[in-house]
Amino acid sequence: MTNLVTRLGAATLEVLRVLGHHAALFAALLRACGTVIRRPYLVVAQVHAIGNLSVLIIVASGLAVGFVLALQLYYTLVRYGATDSLGLIVNLSLTRELGPVIAALLFAGRAGTSLTAEIGLMKAGEQLAALDMMALDPVERILAPRFLGGIIAMPVLAILFSTVGILAAYVLAVLLIGVDAGNFWSIMHSGVDAWRDVGNGLVKSFVFGLICTFVALYQGYEAEPTPKGVSEATTRGVVVASLATLIMDFVMTAIMFSTPGG
Amino acid sequence: MGRKGVETLVGVFVLLGMLGLLFLALKAANLSGIGGGDTYSLTAYFDNIGGLKVRAPVRSAGVTVGRVASIALDSKRYQGAVRLEIDRAVQFPSDSSARILTSGLLGDQYIGIEPGAQEKNYAPGDEIRQTQSAVVLENLISQFLFSKAADAGTPSAATPASGPKK
Repeated sequence: MTNLVTRLGAATLEVLRVLGHHAALFAALLRACGTVIRRPYLVVAQVHAIGNLSVLIIVASGLAVGFVLALQLYYTLVRYGATDSLGLIVNLSLTRELGPVIAALLFAGRAGTSLTAEIGLMKAGEQLAALDMMALDPVERILAPRFLGGIIAMPVLAILFSTVGILAAYVLAVLLIGVDAGNFWSIMHSGVDAWRDVGNGLVKSFVFGLICTFVALYQGYEAEPTPKGVSEATTRGVVVASLATLIMDFVMTAIMFSTPGG
Repeated sequence: MGRKGVETLVGVFVLLGMLGLLFLALKAANLSGIGGGDTYSLTAYFDNIGGLKVRAPVRSAGVTVGRVASIALDSKRYQGAVRLEIDRAVQFPSDSSARILTSGLLGDQYIGIEPGAQEKNYAPGDEIRQTQSAVVLENLISQFLFSKAADAGTPSAATPASGPKK
């Protein structure tokens, strides 16, 4: 009995410890961002590593999602003679939900893992400790540029995903199936609001970028400095980032789109 | 790859994102519909605006000529004050009337403008005097029930909720 209570207490303290470490690293990152802005090249190099190199998978996934979405919607909508609304539905689902969320999941898998592994290996190879010995703050030198790079790259990737998805739906529905092009665009145009839908999608992708990058950096920074520790941290990073993205998406959707119409 | 090369690639990446955002905002959403300098505003008061929403289209003869800019309750007249932003190229005679109509059976509501016959046109900021409110389904049904009850000659027509039993 006492054993159980002890374990409960230990588990609670462990949760508190993890939360505290998250908060401490986050505060340190925010502080370091100020100094990193004075050396923008560090950030630019990270935007290249995180963003540019992810463009291919984002565009390919956007194409696939756009095609599939348009095809499935067409099968159902054609029964009700409502295929003209296809563009609107594709656009709303992409800009509001799928664009930011799928881009964030891909981002966690493509860029997040490499961040975790990179930093975990730097820690295992005692490179972070070496920086510390030279009176260089590893958070400022290594983590903060990657953090900023991820935050900048993620919204761009989400926009690319949505844009490519809509164009893919256009190609499939209008060019291949023969939905009327004028109605495809005009119904989409009148049903999508630039601020409410596109703007909120952009806010979402920004938040997801922050979450995914931070989780990846945290897992790498706190990884056990062994090969097994780094591999576990990488796995944990993807799982935590994906779940956090999905939960946060639900919360933000509930807040942003709680009033229908607007 | 040199520093310049990386910077160029990142520039291309960010530029792509901006182009995508521009596409989403202008081509795929209705940002361009309102706020241009080439519109003028008219105000119309309605007893009941029904389900009219801000940004709903303003149409004349079915052609979209503007949008609803704002909807508010006028606290003196207890009427819905609807401000319309209309394309400056389109002028209406000063006895034109505005109606709230529904596109299709279940479609969105919009404002239809019936041009009048006056020589003079509406100036920017004018009020449209002749208006017709939205058709509210509940009112329509209760009117129908009342007239049914009146036709049947039953004196207990004042309780339409229970409906005339026949």
